[in-house]
Amino acid sequence: MDPIVILSAGVATGTVLFFAALGEVFAERSGVLNLGVEGMMLIGAMSAFSVANSLGNPWLGIVVAMIAAGLISQIHAYIVITLQADQVVSGLALTFVGTGISLVLGEGLSKAGTVAQIPALSVPLLSQIPFLGPIFFTNQSVLVYLGYLIAPLAWYYINRTRPGLHLRAVGEYPSAADALGINVFALRYWYVFVGGMLAGLGGATLSLAVSPGWFSELTTNGQGWIAVGLVIFAQWDPIRAALGSYAFGALRRMILDIQGPLTLFGFDNPFYYNSYLGFFLQMIPYAFTVIVLVIGSREAIRKRLGSPAALGVPYIRGERGK
Amino acid sequence: MRQRLETLFDALLPVLATLAALAVGALMLLILKVNPITAYAALWDGAFGSVNSFAETLVKATPLLLVALGICISFRGDVINIGGEGQMIVGAVTATWVGLTFTDAPGWLVITLALFAGFLGGALWGGIPGALKARFNVNEILSTVMMNAIAVQLMNFLLRGPMIDPSQAQLASKIPQTARLLDAFHLARLVPTRLHLGALIAVILAILVYILLWRTVLGYRIRAVGQSPFASRYAGIKTPQYMALALLLSGAFAGLAGAIQVYGVNYRMITDGSASGFTGAAGFNGIVAALFGQLHPLWSIPASILFGALLVGANKMQRVVQIPSALITVMNGLVVVFVVSSEIWRRRRQRRRLTQTPEAETPSKQDQPEIGKEARQ
Repeated sequence: MDPIVILSAGVATGTVLFFAALGEVFAERSGVLNLGVEGMMLIGAMSAFSVANSLGNPWLGIVVAMIAAGLISQIHAYIVITLQADQVVSGLALTFVGTGISLVLGEGLSKAGTVAQIPALSVPLLSQIPFLGPIFFTNQSVLVYLGYLIAPLAWYYINRTRPGLHLRAVGEYPSAADALGINVFALRYWYVFVGGMLAGLGGATLSLAVSPGWFSELTTNGQGWIAVGLVIFAQWDPIRAALGSYAFGALRRMILDIQGPLTLFGFDNPFYYNSYLGFFLQMIPYAFTVIVLVIGSREAIRKRLGSPAALGVPYIRGERGK
Repeated sequence: MRQRLETLFDALLPVLATLAALAVGALMLLILKVNPITAYAALWDGAFGSVNSFAETLVKATPLLLVALGICISFRGDVINIGGEGQMIVGAVTATWVGLTFTDAPGWLVITLALFAGFLGGALWGGIPGALKARFNVNEILSTVMMNAIAVQLMNFLLRGPMIDPSQAQLASKIPQTARLLDAFHLARLVPTRLHLGALIAVILAILVYILLWRTVLGYRIRAVGQSPFASRYAGIKTPQYMALALLLSGAFAGLAGAIQVYGVNYRMITDGSASGFTGAAGFNGIVAALFGQLHPLWSIPASILFGALLVGANKMQRVVQIPSALITVMNGLVVVFVVSSEIWRRRRQRRRLTQTPEAETPSKQDQPEIGKEARQ
């Protein structure tokens, strides 16, 4: 029950969620709801592990994972952007397809044992900062540092650059964007692809760094859905998505660690002596997500903030309305 | 004439979607270096090859149909219920508890009570996200998914703790399962197959759900909310309440599916730690079946049989050509992909017709809601 250990592990496991959630932020900001995150993450986790296993190069695994998940996301893009079909149903179908493909192709990988992983390292100087150093900069995977870089960059990109403005325009008011000569369809395809790549990166982070291995659908164990939930809580903001992901990761780690020690704050640890309580502890991340959704929704109403206006609405040229 | 051809084409769309999914599946089999004809022959044989295998298909289709009925209600009301897995589990738990508690009561009474308890258990598990949606505007897609995970842990706890089989509790193995239901409490079977009364119950309920949705005020309001929440609000319908109710009813049918699974097939609850260990992923596949059946309770009957056949056949296929049965998960997804993709032709034609001749469409197709319109508000 060392708080430093919990927070530092939380940042590591939270990075997985962050990549997936950030991908969904991009897709949803462009107006496309993609519920297939779980499937895309599994595709990423499986292909990264598979490549690292057969070729011995984890970096190549990351690249392949991102491309594979990006490509599978294009099924969804085609259905909802070009064919203008229902985004919820198509996203569900993508979850099925992604999960199924990763289970079929990943058959046998669970016996692969250990493969080359993405290295972990400590940052000189920064790791010496008291409290923050051991949490954020000591013995973390390179991918975790990548997360620190991407979060502010993504925020800057979305809120302060011209392409970011186009992204927001396409998600808020596509017909106006179209009138200004922005290619709504192309941009939506592109950001669904980006979302897929980031979900793939999240999956690869799982199978090659955070909890190495391939455990069929238990590899992600519903984290793709949690990532979709976090996006609402984060109100489509990359920085909030990162902080939420890290906090969530820390919560999950704390649940594991709290069952370890014999005593807790000087008392007998009930979670150690009564193993049944463990099941209730396991519920906490999911119950917490629901609570987060309640808070997120209330805050959204109060601040009059909300989802991108055109989220979930297919853009049909020449039709009235948004 | 042209219109009749188009209606025929619309009716054939699901068939075409299935064929397209099978074609893509064949491609995947070729990539995996398996002869698709051998594989599909095994699939067919496993699903329809004998009386017994056809009975298995129907046994598998029963929970799919029950879940699909709930999905018809919720999706028609523009509420997306992905919590079928959790609702099945909770329904099964409450039903099992009834059967293990009232061991002195007559069989018919216990079965009736148990199925009712399952209905209520599922209603509870669907009602919570429904209430959260109505009260706090919490996205029901995500809350129902989270409720699935919570239900799994609840099941794991109960089956290892308070509800564990007393004989297992004394053994070192401590297999997480409940005691077996008394023989008198089993749903009647069509011996020698495993086909049980639950299949009949599901078909009767399909008719009742059809009546509910199209012949009652309640059903009309649920569909009105699904079609146009704003218009419904102006018409004085309490939109959030009806959405919550749709989700509650949807959960109730999934809960009943769980109860019938226990009383018709397993006669006890046993867990391998995951949801699909008990449900066989019926909570998800029921969604596929409902979508394939155009969210119509009666069309969901053949749709459930189709997916029941795919699932049963996949096991045989796995044995014959050594292909993971997860391939069927891909195919299920692809069927949905092709079904939703084919909608565009219908919609384009409808739009054209609206601009040309104001002719009446067949009602069952015209009033299909655009699902997820309010999914993110």
